[in-house]
This record gives sequence, structure tokens and C-alpha cells, in this order.
Amino acid sequence: MSTSSILAQPKTIAVSSWREEGAKPFVQINQLTKNFGEFSAVNSVSLDIYKNELFCLLGGSGSGKSTLLRMLAGFEKPTSGQILIDGVDMANIQPWERPVNMMFQSYALFPHLTVEANVAFGLRREGLKSSDVKKRVVDMLDMVQMGHLAKRKPHMLSGGQRQRVALARSLVKRPKLLLLDEPLGALDKKLREETQFELINIQDELGVTFVVVTHDQEEAMTLATRIGVMDQGIIAQIAEPHQMYEYPNSRFVAEFIGNVNLFEGTVMGDERDSVTIHCPDSNSMIQANHGISCAPNQTVYVAIRPEKIRISREKPGTDINTSYGVISEVAYMGSQSIFKVRLTSGKEIRVTQPNFARDMGDRLTWEEAVYLSWDADSSVVLIS
Amino acid sequence: MERRSWFLKSSALFGFIFLYAPIISLIIYSFNASKLVTVWGGWSLKWYSSLFQNDEIMTAAVLSFKIATISATLAAILGTMAGFVLSRMGSFRGKTMLGGWVTAPLVMPDVITGLSLLLLFVAMESIFGWPAGRGEVTIIIAHTTFCLAYVAVVVQSRLSSMDETLEEAAMDLGAKPGVLFFLITLPLIAPAIISGWLLSFTLSLDDLVIASFVSGPGNSTLPMVIFSKVRLGVTPEVNALATLMILAVSVAVIAAIVIMRRQTKFQSP
Repeated sequence: MSTSSILAQPKTIAVSSWREEGAKPFVQINQLTKNFGEFSAVNSVSLDIYKNELFCLLGGSGSGKSTLLRMLAGFEKPTSGQILIDGVDMANIQPWERPVNMMFQSYALFPHLTVEANVAFGLRREGLKSSDVKKRVVDMLDMVQMGHLAKRKPHMLSGGQRQRVALARSLVKRPKLLLLDEPLGALDKKLREETQFELINIQDELGVTFVVVTHDQEEAMTLATRIGVMDQGIIAQIAEPHQMYEYPNSRFVAEFIGNVNLFEGTVMGDERDSVTIHCPDSNSMIQANHGISCAPNQTVYVAIRPEKIRISREKPGTDINTSYGVISEVAYMGSQSIFKVRLTSGKEIRVTQPNFARDMGDRLTWEEAVYLSWDADSSVVLIS
Repeated sequence: MERRSWFLKSSALFGFIFLYAPIISLIIYSFNASKLVTVWGGWSLKWYSSLFQNDEIMTAAVLSFKIATISATLAAILGTMAGFVLSRMGSFRGKTMLGGWVTAPLVMPDVITGLSLLLLFVAMESIFGWPAGRGEVTIIIAHTTFCLAYVAVVVQSRLSSMDETLEEAAMDLGAKPGVLFFLITLPLIAPAIISGWLLSFTLSLDDLVIASFVSGPGNSTLPMVIFSKVRLGVTPEVNALATLMILAVSVAVIAAIVIMRRQTKFQSP
């Protein structure tokens, strides 16, 4: 598992075309809206996806991510707005004419056809010679290691095997764009991790652009070159995974991706490269180096990730960015420990510490009074 | 296994006796050697052989099977179309009403159906000159009408339980709607259509009331012949004929059940 994860680092990062100025997007979504009666499932979404990307649409249920994917596939007609794939407007292009294939959440394998016939279905529709069809089906099934089960019917396969067949079927037509709807949702954790890396490998190998819909933030972080977080029909933020984690643009994104401690506060001073914030919940002033445009007395939120907070019995040297409280909960997770610290204001702060040595000496434990501190550039100031 | 109470056992027994005692006695008496229906005269197959030499019965049997086959086929085609509309057209004005209309013949008394069809055929003949007179064609039309409802219900329920993403997947892989129907939808609903056909076949074979209304002279179906014979007294020959009809109907119904069973097993992933 660990070796495959090293091999599977997304090489596409090297050609991050979305960072280049003036690069031509492969998929352009402009002001796309889909209403179901009064309800707006997708609300004026604009989004560019570049060639060779593995773009993850991440969101809870009802966030509109699946509707967006279905509009790309052509199963839903947009209420307004435009989709361009490779420069071609998709408005009047039927699902069966689009250069797009989709892997369904339920896999949607045809139950009356064998594995082989399922994979061949799309190629036969193109009117290819049957010898060519056969060759491409065999190659594709070998690639997903399903060649030995080619004659089976879908109901005789396990969940993981079905998923491979579904993937093979959606890739065999060599689409320019592959849409994956919760591709790993039905798999158990171990199989899911293995498949994640396999997907990245396949994507590198074939140079297909992937759009993946998922509700699992860990999956999105592992797979994606970029993530688009969706909430109530709009895109809350688009960023690369580490950017999304370190610099969320709103409380929603900060809380949706990973764990976070949030302090509400008022801006006291706004210098050129730092901002000082008074937070009633914390015991000290908070200073943040992340420059945002804010006015004095504006209400803001300070977000600090649990692993960026130091915890100690001794009082830190400075008064700024420190706080103190009592440990209310300790969870030993093996590689790290999670502490919950109740501040004097009653607010609970989550802190994680790596267990970098086997014998950590005198461990922190329940009901101990501790100091918390963090660096000025570890926190993020959010205005929404 | 838990012991069941004597009450449950005896009610089950009583129920089955109530349902099947008449049929079993009919089957046994069809093998009776005696000419008198109520007197047992030992085992014999002679009534079966005399049955096959009876021209009136044989003609009626051929006609009945012909009508059943044709009207079941027509009902299967039209019923599938109706079931398709009901489950796949989304919502449209009058959908509930159409659904009600399609299934109304299931609960409509046969006498009403028969009478209304008779009136329709008479009116049509005087206006268009077709169907000229009443006979085979009118019985086929009448049977198709009420069998269609059964097929529509079976097909509709099959379609609604079918995973719609299968059709989307086929479209996504390049299948146009027509191709999609024949390669994906039809094979998947085929068991429902076949069992609908078998059901229609047995219903048509059994029908006496509607056929009596819409048939003409010289076009008696098997149930009509049996009924007219029984009015003159039950003969062992009729017992033999009834036994054969029970056999035919049972085979069709069991086949329909088996096909539906296999389909559900096949469908579950």
C-alpha cells in the first residue's frame, strides 16, 4: 500500500495548466443554472476545467454537485447558462453524441449482458469492426485486471469487480472527458484506498480529463488536482487541495475540509502585513499575518487548524496568540493524540499532537491546566 | 421449527379443500368409465378419445386457441406501449386519468364490458361497415381490450422498478433512443411482457361472458360450447375437456410465475 502511494503521486501537478495565464480551458461552464420548480439545484455556476485535470466536485447531499455532473453528461437540460467542451457548445448535443463518458454511482452495468458485452457496448455503437472491438475490449479488461472474468454476468461479480468493469466500460471509448459519480462510494475502506491510487495512475496513463463528484473530503484531497467545494447550488471555493486546506475562504469551507477551531472577534488594529483581533473566547489578542482587507471594528473569524496549535504546561514567552484552559478529553490515535481543551470562556479547542517518540515521558492527561499557542502565520482570518 | 397450532393447520386445510375439492373431483370424474356422471364405474380414458372425435368441440378448441394467441399478442404489444407511457413519460396532463382508464377493465364487470363492446361493434358496422357481422374478429378485439390492462400493469411495475441509470448509461455509451429500447429496455422487461402474454392467453381462453356478447353464429369458443352442453346436462366428455383446459391454464400460469421469479433473482445485484 505504501509503495503504491509513492508511485501514485499525481504527476499532472507538473503541468498545472490552471495556474498558467491565458491557458485555454477544456471544459468551460458559464453561469450555469438548473431549477427544479422553485428550487435551484445549481445556481449560476461558472467553472473552468483544464486538460488532464482530475477535478473533484465536493459537497454534501443536495449541494448540486450531481446535478452539475448530469448536465455535463447531458441527462439534465440547463435552465440557463452554457457548457463548452473543447470549445463546442453542448446546448443541442444529445448525451449519445457527447465526447463524454460517465461512470455511475450504481455502476449501471447491464444485467443481461456479460462483462465483455458490457464493455463492448459503447464500441459497437460506433460501428467499429468486430475484430477491433474485440481487441480493445480485451486490452481494457486486462488493464483493470478483469480479463479472466470476461464471460461472467454482473450479478456474479463482487462490488470491487463490478466497479472495475464500470470503469473499463466508461474508458474504452477513449472519451475526452470522464465523469465519475461517487466512484468509490460502494467500496470498503481498504479497497477504496487502493482504487484511488489506481484511478490516478489510469488518469496519468491515458491523459483523460476526469471530473469526480464526491461527498468524501478525504477522497477529494487524495485524488484531485483541484477541488471545487459546492454548497446549496453555488461553488464556495475552487483551489488545489493544500490551498483549500491552508487557505479556506469561508467558515463553511474551513469546517467542511478537515477540522478547525474558529474564534469570533473584532478587528482592533490593521497593519500592513498583520491584523490584530480581539476575541472574547480567547484569553489574549490574536495576531494574524494573513493579509486581508478589513476595517477596524469589523467582525471576523479566526480559523486555526488543530495540528498548528502547540500545547504545553509551561507559559509561552509571549502573550499574543496564546490561550489557556483545562484538558477535557484525550484520545490516543497511535500516530497522533487529540486533545480537547476547555478555555476559561468555556469554548472547547481541538489540538492534535504527533506522537513523534515512543516514550513521550510525562504525558498530558485529563484535567491538567495547559497553555496553547500558535504562530501568527498559522491562522486564517475569514470574513464570511 | 416451531410447532404450528392446530387452528392454523386446520384453517389452511379447510381453505385448500374449499378451493380445490371441486376441481379435483372434476378431474377424477373425467377418468370415469361410467356414462352416468355421478356413478363411479372404474378408470377409463374413453371420454378423452371421444372428445377428440367430437367435431364441434375440436372446432371450438381451435378457434379458442387461435383467438387467445392473437389477442394475447396484440395485448402484449399495446399493453407494453401503455405501460411505457405510464412509467416513462414523466408527468403530463391527464396521466392519472390515463392510468385509471388503462386499469379500469380489471375491475369492470364482464357483462358491462361485453355489452358496451357489442353496442360499439353494432354502431361501427352501421357507420363504417366494419367489422362486418360479429365473429372471430370482434372476439379478438374484445379480448385484446381487457387483456391489455393486465399487460400494462405488469409492464409498468417492472419498468418503475428498473434502474433508470441503465438507460442513461446506454445513452452515455452512444445508444440512440431506438437502439437503446431494443438492446437494453426490451430485454430487461421481456419477462414482464412474456408473463403478461401468458396471463392474457389464459384470460382469453377462460372468457365466456364477453365472448358470448360479441360472437356471432357459428363462432362459438370453447367455454361457450361447454356452457351450452352443460345446460343439457353434464357429460363425462365435458369433464375431460375441462380437465384439459385446467392443464393448459395451469401450465401458462406456472410459466408466468417462474419467469417473474427468475427475473427478480436476475435483477438483484
